[in-house]
Amino acid sequence: MSDPTRENSFPAGASRSDQSTRELEEIAAGGYRYGWTTDIETEIFPKGLNEDIIRELSRRKNEPEWMTAWRLKAYRAWQGMEEPRWAKVTYETPDFQDISYYAAPKKKPEKKSLDEVDPKLLETFEKLGIPLEEQKRLSGVAVDAVFDSVSVATTHREILGRMGIIFCPISEAIREHPDLVRKYLGSVVPQGDNFYAALNSAVFSDGSFVYIPPGVKCPMDLSTYFRINAAQTGQFERTLIIADEGAEVRYLEGCTAPMRDENQLHAAVVELVAHRNATIRYATVQNWYAGDEEGRGGIYNFVTKRGICLEENSRISWTQVETGSAITWKYPSCILKGDNSVGEFYSVALTKGCQQADTGTKMIHIGRNTSSTIISKTISAGRSDNSYRGLVRVLPKAENARNYTQCDSLLMGNRCGAHTFPYIDVRNPSARVEHEASTSKISEDQLFYCQTRGIRTEDAISLVVNGFCKEVFDHLPMEFAVEASRLLSVSLEGSVS
Amino acid sequence: MLTVKNLHASIDGVEILKGIDFEVKPGEVHAIMGPNGSGKSTFAQVLAGNEAYEVDESVSEVTFLGQNLLELSPEDRARMGMFLAFQYPVEIPGITNAYFLRASLNEIRKFRGEDPLDPLEFQELLEEKMRLVQMDPVYAERFVNAGFSGGEKKRNEILQLAVLDPKLAILDETDSGLDIDALRIVAEGVNRLRSPERAFILVTHYQRLLNYIVPDYVHVLYKGRIVRSGGRDLALELESRGYDWIREEADVSA
Repeated sequence: MSDPTRENSFPAGASRSDQSTRELEEIAAGGYRYGWTTDIETEIFPKGLNEDIIRELSRRKNEPEWMTAWRLKAYRAWQGMEEPRWAKVTYETPDFQDISYYAAPKKKPEKKSLDEVDPKLLETFEKLGIPLEEQKRLSGVAVDAVFDSVSVATTHREILGRMGIIFCPISEAIREHPDLVRKYLGSVVPQGDNFYAALNSAVFSDGSFVYIPPGVKCPMDLSTYFRINAAQTGQFERTLIIADEGAEVRYLEGCTAPMRDENQLHAAVVELVAHRNATIRYATVQNWYAGDEEGRGGIYNFVTKRGICLEENSRISWTQVETGSAITWKYPSCILKGDNSVGEFYSVALTKGCQQADTGTKMIHIGRNTSSTIISKTISAGRSDNSYRGLVRVLPKAENARNYTQCDSLLMGNRCGAHTFPYIDVRNPSARVEHEASTSKISEDQLFYCQTRGIRTEDAISLVVNGFCKEVFDHLPMEFAVEASRLLSVSLEGSVS
Repeated sequence: MLTVKNLHASIDGVEILKGIDFEVKPGEVHAIMGPNGSGKSTFAQVLAGNEAYEVDESVSEVTFLGQNLLELSPEDRARMGMFLAFQYPVEIPGITNAYFLRASLNEIRKFRGEDPLDPLEFQELLEEKMRLVQMDPVYAERFVNAGFSGGEKKRNEILQLAVLDPKLAILDETDSGLDIDALRIVAEGVNRLRSPERAFILVTHYQRLLNYIVPDYVHVLYKGRIVRSGGRDLALELESRGYDWIREEADVSA
């Protein structure tokens, strides 16, 4: 039996239910608000990938020798690996030699002060609704802004630093906190975990690093905003979050990209480590460009996200709202190693047009009295395909493990698909594992009922969809929940004739 | 307020309404009765604008508050002051009654050129109306009709009626599926909402509802036409004699 935590395979023999409905018409071109590009002088590596490119990337980032070696080891592993093909998505394999692996705004961003950041970049993030000048920030959120391959600004660092919290670009952490990085990098998602994680390990360029020292409750939400700007590049970010004993942190992540006809690759790795009594809450609103009506362009979002509850009473909670990307392949997972540890996964995935999403989670129960909760809501419209794929595995020593899984699908129209692939593997008789699933569609009756109450159809759809997603939105911070709700409404605009 | 002339409507190519003439003035209460399958519910749905039904606009004329009703969307009919209490109210999981009703009321207020109510102002109004229809305040935070019993759903419709304050309320088989206590509570709610400005159309199969809500006019619908109109006595006559004599009369004259 292969290592169940790895993303190189899912067990075979999935149960499967294909559903489609008849009533609602195909989605019209839902306007993507973030499709513009920033005209900025960019340094881009020549296309292609080889050891020299990796060495140059590492040199460009002033990395120590051990990091370069780590990358090369991953690259060599990657060369012998194959793309995962078990997901219910179809696409042409990207030509990995036709991608540039590094793009950065030319003026070297000095992040000691925001004054030194290129005004064009500040403007870009302002336009995305992420003003970086600290005085303008909503108090309570610190932001790391990643533009193509580099972090361009990180706010609120000083106040966090006073509490011993490290929040910085991972490229900086590699130079300035090498002991922490060496200890944890790859400890949850090993270099050879899967094809895309190996690729990321070889070429990741930036991302966020968070360390919360023992006993510290992070006084504000930390967030990273990822923006792809340059054409024909991939974004390979790496995020590493460590909550030491008794620490607590909430981390938010948002993403957008310009509209382009070609597909762009985004292959990220996120690792979370929660020590004794620590809590990490990780929330994502993913709104990468999804491609046009005919399925041209859009982001390939191949992401490995995993957290480990290393010691007792630790807790990791993933909340995701996935509305973008042409293809989403992503299973934010929890390894529940410590006794009494808790893993949670709350997900809303919306697909429309020709989007394909295969997303879910893995809950691996190792310690005693571990418990996990999975709430997955999928909404399919247009000609899209939306799959939940989840694994609950209870290992022999996990006495009294508990899992509750609920998968609900909502269908709009008669050309979309919703699929549920639950895998349950229990090897301890004391485990209690529950799985509930439902499939429904927005009915004409619901829409007419709302209309007779003065609510127009599009608002009615938004109402029904938001109601459907409520259990997940309840787990998002307020601003994120409002944003997620707005995003769903915008995405579904024009979804009825 | 509402004038219906020669209304013809069909569904899936089958004609259900075959020429209805009907008039409602402010303050009046009209009961529409008739045997099963006579077109009562269709009439209510067509008035509210359900697009599943096709109205033959070449012959039908419906005027509501001086406007051609057939040209209006269902939401505009609602905003102008038409309300349909559903025979089978729809569930909307995840959306609270309070949220839904405020969204609805604010759409109507916007149409009237009034400012929207904020959650606190609305809460006050909602509590008042819940007392009026004898509904436990916990229902404000329950999801719209989700898991409600038949009686609770019907009462929830009357609550909506009370909050939205329509000019014309159409109650489609509001009495069906209610036990006698629930029926009385619903009827009391409606009676409190009667006013010289507001008109009601009660669609019902049984006359028992009319013991509680006394109508000004009773109309009997049969095979898509109003075959007889009268006062409250007509309902009592139907109760004692059933619908057979109506059928016979109508079939002879047809």
